[in-house]
Amino acid sequence: MAKKGDWVRIHSIILTPEQRSAAVPDDTKRVPLEQWTKGYLHADATLSGEATVTTRTGRVVSGTIVDEMPHYTHSFGDFVPELQQAGDEAFALLFGGDAK
Amino acid sequence: MSRDNSFSAVMARKAEIIRNAVGVDYHQFESGSIAFDYERMMASTGYTLEDVAEIQRGFAIGNTPLIELKNITSLVRKLSKEGYGARIFVKDEAANPSGSFKVRRAATSIHHAKRMGYRGALSATSGNYGAAVASCCAKSGLKCIVVQECYDSRGVGQPEIIEKARKCESLGAEVVQLSVGPELFYTVLRMLEDTGYFNASLYTAFGIAGIETLGYEVAQQCRTQLGKDPDVVVCTNAGGGNLTGTARGLMKANCTAQIVAASVNLKGLHMASDTQFNKKSFTTGHTGFGMPFSTLPDRSDVPRSAARPLRYMDRYVTVNQGEVFYTTELLARLEGIERGPAGNTSLAAAISLAQELPEDAVVVVQETEYTGAGKHGSAQLSFARQNGIKVLLGNPREEIAGESIILPAHPSLLRAVDVDLDHMRRSLITHAAETVDHAPTEGDIAFLAEETKSSTSFVLETLNSRKS
Repeated sequence: MAKKGDWVRIHSIILTPEQRSAAVPDDTKRVPLEQWTKGYLHADATLSGEATVTTRTGRVVSGTIVDEMPHYTHSFGDFVPELQQAGDEAFALLFGGDAK
Repeated sequence: MSRDNSFSAVMARKAEIIRNAVGVDYHQFESGSIAFDYERMMASTGYTLEDVAEIQRGFAIGNTPLIELKNITSLVRKLSKEGYGARIFVKDEAANPSGSFKVRRAATSIHHAKRMGYRGALSATSGNYGAAVASCCAKSGLKCIVVQECYDSRGVGQPEIIEKARKCESLGAEVVQLSVGPELFYTVLRMLEDTGYFNASLYTAFGIAGIETLGYEVAQQCRTQLGKDPDVVVCTNAGGGNLTGTARGLMKANCTAQIVAASVNLKGLHMASDTQFNKKSFTTGHTGFGMPFSTLPDRSDVPRSAARPLRYMDRYVTVNQGEVFYTTELLARLEGIERGPAGNTSLAAAISLAQELPEDAVVVVQETEYTGAGKHGSAQLSFARQNGIKVLLGNPREEIAGESIILPAHPSLLRAVDVDLDHMRRSLITHAAETVDHAPTEGDIAFLAEETKSSTSFVLETLNSRKS
């Protein structure tokens, strides 16, 4: 349950597949144009429920709540052995010594 | 009275919305045929190069270091024939407040927006430009909205674009994220109409004038640090503004360096495809923008784009994705400078181009960009693997965009591949001729020769072969 004034992320459909531009490729035309933004809730609401928010610039936007107090989880990814090997070999090529 | 916000109704109001949101009436530059007065449009900002430099100083933008990459040059000389292997320098644009050269582009626009009394600015970009606009808005006390194309229909976001969203938010912007599709422009128009904000388009004269200082600084720094002009300046090319502004700045410094465009080769991937969106490991600096924006510059979000790269390009080369990730690793491991991959597209090309030039020649790579979570070689390559792309060491010439990413197994395998520039010039001329239902006028022919850095005879030859 999100409370009035909470910072939430909301999702909405901007264009249904039928409303999309004729210029988009077929695979894109099969799916809707979706939108996500964040704002302060106008009234108490449940996750996945319909809600209205005021964004940071003062816009009023409605949609479905998909996250409460959203935060970022993107990272530096997994270890990529090929990158390390490439760097080690270039270093050895220039400065001498073994790559390993 | 409520407005009709259907797709067709909003698109029909496009010209009026853009005029209100940019404060420029583009009709004044038009001839009524193919030609328009490009230089008059560029001068219409009312800001000279020195004015722009002063505005940028107020934002702590510019005067970034020009760094000699001595170790990469040494490596290049090991690969070159005797006496060859030009000195490579990089302009460390990551040192700008927002972490890329794009803030030069934003500064003039936001300064102007504030002066004109706009309360906020909006930018449609999935790239570094969002943070650039957000940074300038923060310092100017303006509100900021950044609209990104970020997710595919599975809700999977490109890590680099997600990082850019984070950075924009950290600088105070509202970030609106969309799934794949060119109708992003439709949502932008609606928001511009609703908010009355300034459209901080990448393609206005304000934006391009902002990059001229970059080219000007390159010429001045080479003269001060090396006592000579650069022989070649390599610019990563996507929408064309980076190259256009840099080349114009070099010309304003009376520098005649060869201008080389470099893009990441994404041949075969459709930019508006939902299923191919996350098959690419570069979100900008690639041929998916570089090619169409060069041959059809006015496909941008303003009626006449100020980014017209074929006017200035002497050569256009591509490098593959694996070669750019490899170069990013070289910059970190051999020079001790960790930067974002996309900004190293032109450096990858320079490593190949320097091998064609004598040792006393100077090649300048005119940008770097910041790096971080999502915007890093390991983040992008891991994401590629998750999306079924093979990542390996081998011969980059065998890389197929959307299927594999091949880092060179040896630096000698890194090669910039030439694009047929005359073919692109002919393409621009043919596209332009199709926009009118009469034969191009004398003025049009002279204009098209300028547009393509060619000659009236080349334009006429192209137009005649089109008829036959």
